Amino acid sequence: MEAPTKGYLFETDEHRALREQVRRFAAAEIAPNAHAWEEANEFPRELYSRAAKAGFLGVGYPEELGGDGGDLGHVLCASEEVVLAGKSVGTCVGLGSHGIALPPIVRFGNDDQKERFVRPTLAGDKIAALAITEPGGGSDVAAVRTKAVRDGDHYVVNGAKTFITSGCRGDYITTAVRTGGEGHGGISMLVVESGTPGFSVSSKLKKTGWWASDTAELIFEDCRVPATNLIGQEGTGFLMIMMNFVTERLFLAGQCVAIAELAYRESVAYAKQRQAFGKNLAGFQVIRHKLADMATQIAAARALTGECVTRYLNGEETPSLAAMAKNAATDMCSAVCDQAVQIHGGYGYMREYVVERLYRDARLYPIGGGTREIMNEIISKVEGY
Amino acid sequence: MKILVSIKRVADPDNASKLKVSSDGTAVTSEGLEWKMNPFDDWSLEAALRLTENAAEKNARVGEVVLVSIGPNDEHTQRIIREGLAKGAERGILVEADDANLDSNVVSQILKAVVDKENPDLVVMGKQAADGDSNVAGTKLAARLGWPIINYAMKISTNDDGKTLEVKRELDTGVATVKVTGPAVITTSDRILQPESVKNGITPADHQYAKLEVGGRYASLKGIMQAKKKPIDQMSLGDLGIEAKVALKYTKFELPPARSGDTTFVESVEDLVDKLHNTAKVI
Ligand SMILES: Cc1cc2nc3c(=O)[nH]c(=O)nc-3n(C[C@H](O)[C@H](O)[C@H](O)COP(=O)(O)OP(=O)(O)OC[C@H]3O[C@@H](n4cnc5c(N)ncnc54)[C@H](O)[C@@H]3O)c2cc1C
Repeated sequence: MEAPTKGYLFETDEHRALREQVRRFAAAEIAPNAHAWEEANEFPRELYSRAAKAGFLGVGYPEELGGDGGDLGHVLCASEEVVLAGKSVGTCVGLGSHGIALPPIVRFGNDDQKERFVRPTLAGDKIAALAITEPGGGSDVAAVRTKAVRDGDHYVVNGAKTFITSGCRGDYITTAVRTGGEGHGGISMLVVESGTPGFSVSSKLKKTGWWASDTAELIFEDCRVPATNLIGQEGTGFLMIMMNFVTERLFLAGQCVAIAELAYRESVAYAKQRQAFGKNLAGFQVIRHKLADMATQIAAARALTGECVTRYLNGEETPSLAAMAKNAATDMCSAVCDQAVQIHGGYGYMREYVVERLYRDARLYPIGGGTREIMNEIISKVEGY
Repeated sequence: MKILVSIKRVADPDNASKLKVSSDGTAVTSEGLEWKMNPFDDWSLEAALRLTENAAEKNARVGEVVLVSIGPNDEHTQRIIREGLAKGAERGILVEADDANLDSNVVSQILKAVVDKENPDLVVMGKQAADGDSNVAGTKLAARLGWPIINYAMKISTNDDGKTLEVKRELDTGVATVKVTGPAVITTSDRILQPESVKNGITPADHQYAKLEVGGRYASLKGIMQAKKKPIDQMSLGDLGIEAKVALKYTKFELPPARSGDTTFVESVEDLVDKLHNTAKVI
């Protein structure tokens, strides 16, 4: 088993104890299958209930809803260990798709919705997905076109969503729909259960990375969804989405730190063992300096991500800092994974090698959860230029 | 039912290759190694927790598990006790002692004193510790107490809160089933981790425990947070009225010879058998 990372500055004994438990789980339950699950584009559904039984799916959720307590900092530590010890980023993000799908229900849903959706998800019995992006556009969230028209006790939903993580296997989809007029004031959040007539998965998408996680295109055709599945008030969906983005961006920044840390560890081990010109790679100053640069970049991104988490937990508004943390971490992760492949030489380009996969996984992060350009738009707006 | 579970800190057995012997050969040095709960103790803790809960309900404890660890009073020993508390045990006892002054003889003396104080219905222990691998402390403790010893338990069932138990023991020759009237000392085998291995008459008989392969249950975050508030009593050998006298003296330690790492390819089964017999001398 790998030695623990130095971790975030906010970590206490409690975080370290959690890491130790998650590490053991991921090393036993995920690592032995990591390559096979990535190649198969799927991990077994039972993993959700195993993770729930072990007590990790509920991290970051209140006990009253079947969660295990803890906050965003605990979630980042747990998910980092899943990546480091489990070595399958696709499995980590698939297992964690409720992390973006549940918060709107936890924050704004009623008791009935919490019982029907939150509790069974944290118990590992239901898979949750969040659907905002549409084939016509993702960055411009206020332009959502999927329509939900009230008809008696139901909403009739028509439209399409794409790039939806866990959309193929999701039991329900927290969906952004237009219930009102143009612009952000017309958007609502509606929970669509996958068994609802008129809902279908039109495609399981093939991707560059994140293979073990399924990504779906979804179609809604006269899909009648009970009005009781509306989260909060009509027209407040945009606010829910924006609130959700702050934590999602910190999850993603944390994943980048974890992925880069793993790529770095793999590279250090390889550099110590691989021989060239009669010595190991670490014997060359050029390689040592590459490793030193990687370690430095990781430490910097970790520090910014950790600072943002701390400020967020202290109750500060952090949309701009979260955007900065995401951009710093995604750039760092892409650069570190690129160098990891370089240090591995030809093997770094081969599918059996973890760094080859991490290099592909890393490419998602400047796109998903709001693109690099949109992060800069947020920073510009907050900075006032 | 009240169960006493002994837990020892050992140098991480997954990193045994990093163990070093001191230059004069008198001691094994564990510098730079991570400390872990002895895996065998982790299994026995799992058995004890199953005996004292209703697993069909979340966190429904119906008995008491008291942990006792003997060792230096430092962050490592405390962390290991906290881990056991996070998994569900009720409280802990740390008996402060120097590793160098401990052997199975002293350990069994200390445990006897703790049993006399605590009056548990059962003591459940690892069959051995992953460092010394002595495999005697449980038996010695039972002898001192005059209690029955049931080693290598792979299945434990009771219908009367541990007053009488049926235990299946895993032996080289097969499985022995014994019936025992408590109090007793039990040591466990790794098969105790299997989903059906413990029946306490309270957890529904058809309850399926999660499949565990390498260790006992995981501590949840909630358990970790609760563990911070659970008490750990600290005591010295003097408090227990014990004068530590080790009966076992180690005279010399040696590392096994380094492996050459040579690879030999064989063409046939005959060739393989020949190499194993004549070159490697393992069969
Ligand atoms: C693997 C994967 C998983 C995903 N999972 C989910 C999910 O679970 N749920 C979900 O809802 N979505 C998900 N997404 C979608 C993701 O959030 C979107 O891809 C992303 O928001 C960008 O939207 P888009 O693809 O439509 O690009 P577009 O919005 O079309 O943008 C294209 C390019 O134009 C740039 N651009 C757009 N607007 C501006 C501007 N104002 N200024 C400057 N540049 C701009 C963008 O930065 C980008 O470079 C996932 C995507 C992927 C790849």
